[in-house]
Formats: sequence, structure tokens, C-alpha cells
Amino acid sequence: MSAPPRAEPRTLAPPARRTGRVTRADALGAYRLVTVLDPDGPADPRPGQFYMLSSEERWGGGGDERPYLPRAFSYARIRNGELGFLVEAVGPGTQRLAELREGEGLRLLGPLGIGWRPPSDDTRPVLVGGGIGTAPLVCLQDELGADATVLLGFRSAAHAEGASLFHGEPAIATDDGSRGRAALVTDLLREDLDRDPSATVFACGPPPMLEAVRLLCAQLDVPAQLALEAGMACGFGACFGCVVPTNEGYLRLCVDGPVLDAELLLPMAAR
Amino acid sequence: MLELCGVRLAGPVLNGSGTFDAIAARRAFGDALLERFPFHAFVSKTITLAPREGNPPPRLWETPAGLINSIGLPNKGLEGFLAHDLPQLAELPVPLVVSVMGFSRDELARLVERVGERDEVAMIELNVSCPNVETGLVMGADPAETARAVERMRPLGAKPLIVKLTPNAADPAAVARAAAEAGADAVSLINTLKGMALDPRDSRPWLGGGTGGVSGPAVRAIALEQVHAVAQAVDVQVIGMGGIASGRHAADFLAAGASCVAVGTESFRDPAAGARIGDELRALSPV
Repeated sequence: MSAPPRAEPRTLAPPARRTGRVTRADALGAYRLVTVLDPDGPADPRPGQFYMLSSEERWGGGGDERPYLPRAFSYARIRNGELGFLVEAVGPGTQRLAELREGEGLRLLGPLGIGWRPPSDDTRPVLVGGGIGTAPLVCLQDELGADATVLLGFRSAAHAEGASLFHGEPAIATDDGSRGRAALVTDLLREDLDRDPSATVFACGPPPMLEAVRLLCAQLDVPAQLALEAGMACGFGACFGCVVPTNEGYLRLCVDGPVLDAELLLPMAAR
Repeated sequence: MLELCGVRLAGPVLNGSGTFDAIAARRAFGDALLERFPFHAFVSKTITLAPREGNPPPRLWETPAGLINSIGLPNKGLEGFLAHDLPQLAELPVPLVVSVMGFSRDELARLVERVGERDEVAMIELNVSCPNVETGLVMGADPAETARAVERMRPLGAKPLIVKLTPNAADPAAVARAAAEAGADAVSLINTLKGMALDPRDSRPWLGGGTGGVSGPAVRAIALEQVHAVAQAVDVQVIGMGGIASGRHAADFLAAGASCVAVGTESFRDPAAGARIGDELRALSPV
């Protein structure tokens, strides 16, 4: 029921929603990169932490008279007090956030949750991202340094534009082969770990990808941290909505995650 | 100075049970949470005799101006609550209301006795109205069942008893009257309205629990009517809630006969919503 003691890379959030100003909102292939000036928030969120976002104006009245609740987003990068978020319009909330323009108000609560923990001793970090889930790896690479291995998977070349947020030359796989290898990012991961299994894997992406990463790392006895996603109403443990089944019972992703050790998770079929 | 069941409060804004976990919020916000605590009394999440994991996910569905939840009362159980949660809740700067639910009158009595012994607890709320557990509705949907439960609990201790009413009853005012006549010190309403959502991909129930409870601005007009009807029907104090998101809304519930209000789903959008609503209310009705 309650989380066991474990390392908590967590910067505390101010206990109220605040409003920042959008400084830029640019297309990045199939995504939008929205940056917001957040002078009232902490300058040092931990990579893997997230924010609850909603627009100051027109939050509601979209498709099906939604959105109503804020939406959870890992931050991609912070620089000079400006937070960057990667947005893909998939529903009424993300659609509205994708429509944000420079100068608009963005309401924020955060940083929330527990971020990535350091790599296990004597291992090299391997960052594995899928689609929009690449976002929380950008700030992690900023922290770990440009020599960390980065493996990214996308649907298509348009989505693979997201790779431009990373330093260096990340390895890229796409579903349709329109950029990089026509492969799954987990194929790249298997090849990388076969070459050198002394790694700690940091992964974020769609559930089937994370399950494949979990299985592969379990087989090879490689420690892995997974950033998961779940429908979330509040982001600070109030609603009990965002639980995932683990071998310690249900954990709330918002306060016990979103980054969880892979060994905590049950096989997806049992979730 | 406002009093609720004889307990002094610095203002009329509470949280709805199960809509704010002060212990988890302190992990996210630190002690800054306590410096401007958003509520004038804190209502715990409902506890049961045995620990509960709660319902399988998914547990949430966004509706137009609202939310359906199917959480299923996850909690550490009575002993876990007393050992782990109560000491932390006792550190809050406001009076503590502990919400309890039993699957039988015997269970409920055990909870009321044990919780009522603790000095940290100012009041007890009997949750006879949660729509997400198998038998929760039975008691609170029926005036006679509610009266039997309250009559049994009344002599078990001196702590004020608040009865949380369900809106999923044919006549909530009749249930409120039965609770008051049986010795309840106050009633609170509304709990969530039963609701359902279907998965757009296969038209099967979206929520892991099958059905859930609707809250948020979508239910406010219904809640206001029920609070008004109940306040007309009973002499005990009424705690009104249901979609309150501003001081204006809170003022409406007070005008409808409530002594206090509770904020629920709006806290999900902003943990400081209770404090803002209290400020707005004061600005509307300067003392």
C-alpha cells in the first residue's frame, strides 16, 4: 500500500497552481515544442519529474466539452527558467496545448513525482525512448552528458524530428523505415546490450515498448528504470487514479513514480 | 467564530473525503503545504476495518466538466491507519475528521469505537454512501437502514458523528431526517452520482470497477438542490459539496442552508483551490 523507502530524486513543488507565459511554440515534425517561462517555479526539477498543465484561456469547450482536468507532462528541458514540453495532439487536452501560441498563459503545477535515479554502480547509461516518451530523456541526457548511449524509436520520419532535441547522434529506428533503421527501438537495445551488458537502462515510451524493455532487461539481468504513464487527475496523490500494479501492490505513479524500477513491475499480462 | 458540531473552525471550507491525501501532498509540496493549509478542517480518506487495495485500473474518466472515478476505497485498514496515518494527520494545523465505512454495522461500530478513542480525532464521518464498493450503498440509500446504523453508533463514544449522504437515493432528505432523528450531529452531501463510461474502441466498460461516481462542476446544480432539500428537512448542521469551484459557488451552498462547504474535484486541478475559495467567500461576505 505504501511505497518502501527508496531514493527519491524529487524537487518539491510550490503547493499551488501558477501561471507562466509561453515564450515559444514551434512545430517539431509531428510534435509541438512549447516553452514556458516559469519564474515562480523551482529552477532545478529532477529529470523524469513532471508537471500538470492546462491553458489559462479556453480550457474546456473543446471536443465533447472537454478538457476539464490538467494533463501530466514530463518536462523535456529547462534552460534559464524556461521549461520545454513536447506535445502531440491526441485528444482534447493535448489538442488545446498544441494550439498554444507565444504570450499565452500556461497553468502549471510541479515539478511532481520522482525522477530518474543514478545509474547502478559500474554501468553505463543507455537511454531508450519511444515517440513522445523521448521527452524525459532529453533532460536526463543533459544531466548525464553527451556520451550516454541514446536509442530512439518513432513511427515515421516526421515524428523522428523529436530526435533533434538530443545532443550528438542518437541511434534512430522508425516503424516505416523513413528515417534510420526500419526496426523497433528494442531491436537497437538488444544489439547494444549484446555488445556490452554492463548497462543501466532508462526507458520511456508506449506500454508495449516498455514491456519489451522490461522483459529484455530481466532476461539479461540489466537494471532498468521505466517512466510510466497513466490517466491522472491531480498529480499529487489526491485522486488515487493513476495506480499501476506492482509486486508491492498498487502504486500511485504520481507520488511513487512516474519512474519505477523495472523489477517492481508485474508482467503486462498480469496488470 | 464558526463551529461545526461544537468544534471551532477558522472558516467553513473542508475537503470532501477521498479528494485530498494530505500525507502524499506533503511528499510533493513539503511543509509549505502546512503554511497555508487549504482547508479549515481536514477529512480523511475513508478507512475500513481490513486493508483494501482498491479497484483495478483504469480508475478515471474525464466527462464534460467533470470526472468519473472508480477508486474503491484503497486504505491501510483500521490498524494501519492508526499506526501510520493518524500520527501524520495529527500534524495538520486544522481539526481532523476521520471517515469510516463498514461492510456491516458490527464493522462500523468497531471503527467508530477505535477511532473515537483517539484525542487527535475531532469528528467522525460515517460514509454510508460510497458507490464503488459492493454494499456501501445499502445503508445510505434507505432511511431505516441509516437510522439503525446511527442509533447503534451514537452511544459508542462522545465524538460528533457526521453522516455522509448519497445522492443515489430516492429521497435524500428522508435519509437525512432519519439520520438526524437517530442522533447524527451533522450530515454531509453529496457523494458522487453513479456513472459509467464505455471504451470507445470496444464499447465495453472503461473503468476497471465497471461503474463509478461522477463529480465536478457537472453535478453542481444537482448537489445544490439536494443540499437545499436536506437543509429544509433537518435541524442539524449540513456540509454541502458537489462541484464547488469558486467562492460564489460556496456562497450558493451556504445560502441553500449549509453551515460548511467541502471542495473535492477542484482540488485535483489546483491543490490550493480550498484556500482560494475561502478567500473569495470572505470577499463576498465580509464579517
